[in-house]
Formats: sequence, structure tokens, C-alpha cells
Amino acid sequence: MQRNQTNQSVIRIEGLNKTYEPDFEALRKINLTIRRGEIFALLGPNGAGKTTLISIICGITSPTSGRVLINGKNIVRDYRATRSVVGLVPQELTTDAFETVWHTVSFTRGLFGKKPNPRHIEKILRQLTLWAKKDERIMNLSGGMKRRVLIAKALSHEPDILFLDEPTAGVDVELRKDMWDLVRGLQKNGVTIILTTHYIEEAEEMADRIGIINRGELILVEDKKTLMRKLGTKRLYLELQQPLEKIPARLKPYDLKLANDGNCIVYTYDTRAKKTGITALLQDLSESKIKFRDLNTSKSSLEDIFVDLLKENT
Amino acid sequence: MNTEAVKSIYIFEMNRARRTIFQSIISPVISTALYFIVFGSAIGSRITQVDGVSYGSFIVPGLIMLSVLTQSIANASFGIYFPKFTGTIYEILSAPVSSFEIVLGYVGAAATKSLILGLVILATAYLFVPLQIAHPLWMISFLVLTCITFSLFGFIIGVWADGFEKLQIIPLLVITPLVFLGGTFYSISMLPPLWQSISMFNPVVYLVSGFRWSFFEMADVNVGLSLFMIALFLTTCLVIIWRIFKTGYKIKD
Ligand SMILES: Nc1ncnc2c1ncn2[C@@H]1O[C@H](COP(=O)(O)OP(=O)(O)O)[C@@H](O)[C@H]1O
Ligand SMILES: [Mg+2]
Repeated sequence: MQRNQTNQSVIRIEGLNKTYEPDFEALRKINLTIRRGEIFALLGPNGAGKTTLISIICGITSPTSGRVLINGKNIVRDYRATRSVVGLVPQELTTDAFETVWHTVSFTRGLFGKKPNPRHIEKILRQLTLWAKKDERIMNLSGGMKRRVLIAKALSHEPDILFLDEPTAGVDVELRKDMWDLVRGLQKNGVTIILTTHYIEEAEEMADRIGIINRGELILVEDKKTLMRKLGTKRLYLELQQPLEKIPARLKPYDLKLANDGNCIVYTYDTRAKKTGITALLQDLSESKIKFRDLNTSKSSLEDIFVDLLKENT
Repeated sequence: MNTEAVKSIYIFEMNRARRTIFQSIISPVISTALYFIVFGSAIGSRITQVDGVSYGSFIVPGLIMLSVLTQSIANASFGIYFPKFTGTIYEILSAPVSSFEIVLGYVGAAATKSLILGLVILATAYLFVPLQIAHPLWMISFLVLTCITFSLFGFIIGVWADGFEKLQIIPLLVITPLVFLGGTFYSISMLPPLWQSISMFNPVVYLVSGFRWSFFEMADVNVGLSLFMIALFLTTCLVIIWRIFKTGYKIKD
């Protein structure tokens, strides 16, 4: 795909707010542009507002204010045009328990205004290894299989934009792999994909760009590579035998922090850097006659990132 | 117009009926046959004729209306309530369909089912009693109008209900009494004058009366008035549905 086409916006969200009755602000002033053909990950903890945002874009929930454009068309005024190009795999496993796989997938295609096309449905079912189950009633399927059915439904009408809301929650390794293969295949065919997750790893594995959302606010949107550099830091905690008043001058370059009333030194480093600086730090510590009892490391969690980001933003 | 969507919803709903054929066709037919045996034979041996029509035949239009009313409401309310209950409504809400198309699909299917049911009961009645239909076209028109009107009404209940209890309470507490008191099993003129006046507030009286007229040319109220009342009720349902979709009441957050 050509560069200029990739950068073209396919979804534009402008000043979007959502307040649930009576006064819970689930989304606050969301502005976001999704580029055509990209895989965008919306990353945030539970209750951040990911599902609400997706639901508004897909027309399931009404926004309190603000607007959304898909291919330049307003999702309220031009809902026919905008909705027919969107497919949604919801977070919850909501299915018509009594229907067969084939019927439920064909139903969705019709609902989205497409003429029946058994070949296409067959292709999707085969891709999702559902073909053998096509005449099975959905209630007889396992959770993973139901998730596959939901994906098949979302793809039944050949959408240009696909939303995957927490696609890997409660999903086995095999389906995860199949799903990512499928997503990459779709992207090759020009489909734009927006997925939500609360796992950094997942966003890292799949996305081109990542948006971080917390408490209804989009804190940051960044290229994955840039963000991962920020997220890729680890902390080394050194518990000292004797508390320190301040960091000795020769240790300044390490940008150390004292914690726990001077009983602990914290060193933050980049796991992806060629040199993490740990060896040198330990050497300098011993030369400064600083002894420690214990050490441990922790990867900065999403929580830490949020805390940092929130601090930066206020 | 998204005709594919209307077709999809319609076929989906008709398939559901095929799966639950016992509930939707066979059980009403059985209960109608029971009504014939109990009311037609037991009571009919006492009341032999109403205005020159044998009692067994007299109750046929009312019995058909009874089943058609209850099944229209049950079918249409369940049809839209169930996706709300399971959550699959997300799909309808996110699809490029207008409210009109949604109503057309669900109500169309529910009305079709009741129409089939009404005709099946009519055929069953033929086995028990002699029947002549004076105005077949009017008969079908009354039947179709009733199917549509009460399927719309059922749709409203299905949208309004937020539990299975609410889904059943209106048919049980409102419709069944109205039907039984609406001249299904008797002619309004058999009642004392006070009850005759009270009955005039029961909309079902107009339905049954008009429908019965199309069979036997006998009616408790003027046929024109019957038609007017059905039209009025139909319009009321349409207005309510239009309001519901305008405000998104209980469908969208
Ligand atoms: N229908 C609703 N009514 C009221 N509050 C809701 C509703 N749906 C979601 N919420 C609240 O909005 C917040 C965001 O929810 P959601 O969008 O589902 O978050 P996420 O998908 O990121 O986990 C949560 O605090 C949730 O409790
Ligand atoms: Mg969610």
C-alpha cells in the first residue's frame, strides 16, 4: 500500500463525550484519527471506556456530544454508508444460541445489506476452522469456537474497518495465533483494524499505533515503536545495608533515586538498549563502598505508565 | 431501503417459528379444539343459536381472534425482546438498517405467523362446525389488519419489557380479560344494558364484532366503526413505535 494512502484518515473522532445516566463521564473530549489500513490498538485498564468508544463508533450507543466521521461521513446522518463498511467483534460472547453457525453468519451478511454469497461465507468459515461445525447449533460450541463465530459474523459482509473488542480475552493459544494471522491477512487486503486490549504485549505484538485510554480520557497516541521505547524500561531496586542521605556525586550519571527513607536505590534502565548500565553501576557502587542486602527488578507495568503519564498531563 | 436486511430479519424470525412449531401453531390449535369441545358442545347444547347462527359456528370468529391476538403479541414481543435479553441486539443496532426496516422485519414475520395460525384454526373449525363466510375479502382484511396491529403492539411490549415477567404481564392481565369480555363467546346484546355500555370501551369488541360480521353478517357494532377502531389502534401503535425509535427508549444507552 502506498504511503500517502496509508496516512489518509478513515475514522475521525472529534470532541467526543459520553455521560451515562445520571452523571458518569465514561468518555471525555476524545479526539482521534485512525489511518486507513493501519492496526490501531486502544490500550487501557478495565473500565477505561474502550468498549464505550467502540460502541459509539459502531452506532450501538449514542454520544452525549461530539461527532465521528467514517470515510468523511457522519455516523449519525449517514449511518447507512458508514455502518455498512464496519464489522464488529464484541467483547461479550453474545450469540444466538439456537441458530446454526451457517445461519447466523449468513444473517449478519444480509443485515448489512449484502446479497447472499455462500462462497464468501464458506471461505470465512474455512479460514476460521469453523467449516466442520457449520451446521452445529451455536450453544453446542466451546467458548473459543463461539468467539470464532463472532469473528466470522463480523467478516461476513466484507467490511473495510474491523473492530475487535478484547479479542483475546479468555482465548486459547491456538485461536490467538489464528486470529493474529487473520488480522495480518486482512491488513494486507487493506482492511483497517482497531482492537482494544489491556495487555501491553498484545498491543506490542500487533499494532502499528497505540492509543492509551484511562478513565475516559485518551492520554496519548503514539507510534508503537516510540511508545515501546517508553514502556520498555525496567527498574532495579537495591536495598541498602546502611541508609543513604543522598546519592554520591560519582553516581550522578545513573540518575538514581532514593526510596524508602534512603534504604533503597532505584535505577531505571532501558531493556532494549545495548548496554543497560547495570554492570557499571554495580561496580561504581562497590567502589563507593555502598553495600546492599538484596536486589530485585520490576518491569514498568501499564499502571506505572499511567501514573507517569497522568503526572505529566497534570 | 435495505431489503436484504428486512429479508434476513424476516427469514430469521420465520425460522425461529419453525423450530418452535409446537408452541406457535400446534398448541393454539389444540387449545382451540378444546374450546370447541367445552364451549361448543357443553354450552352449545344449552344455547343452541345466537341470532340464527348455531353456537358452535358463532364462536369461531372470536376463537380465531383470541389466538391471533395473543400469538401476535407473544411472537412480536418475544422476537425483539430476546435479542435484547441475550445481547445480540448489538448487531441490529450496528447494522445499516432504519427503524422502519427493523419493524418491517420483526412485525412482518410476527404478523405472517399469526395469519397462518388464524387460517389453520379456521381450517380446524371446519372440522367441527358448519361455516360459511359471507364476505371472504373482508374476513381476510380484518384478519390481516388485526395481525399487523397486534404484532406492532407486541413489538412495543418487547421493547418496553426489561424482564420476562413484564413480557407476560400485559398479555395476561390486559389482553386475555379483554378478549374474554369482548364478545368472543357471546353476543354483547345478551348482556344487561349497563355491561353493554361498559363493553363499548373494550377495543376487542370492535375487532370480534367486525370479524364476525364478515362471516355471518351479524355484528354488535357497525362494521364501519369496527374498521375505524382497528385503524385507530394501528395508528396509535405506529406513533408509539415512531416515538420509541426517535428517543432510543430502552434500546440504546
Ligand atoms: N450502560 C452503562 N451505564 C452506566 N455505566 C456504564 C455503562 N456501560 C459502561 N459503563 C461504565 O463506563 C465505564 C467504561 O466502561 P467500558 O467502556 O465498558 O470500559 P472498558 O471497555 O474499557 O473496560 C465503566 O466504568 C463502566 O462501568
Ligand atoms: Mg470493554
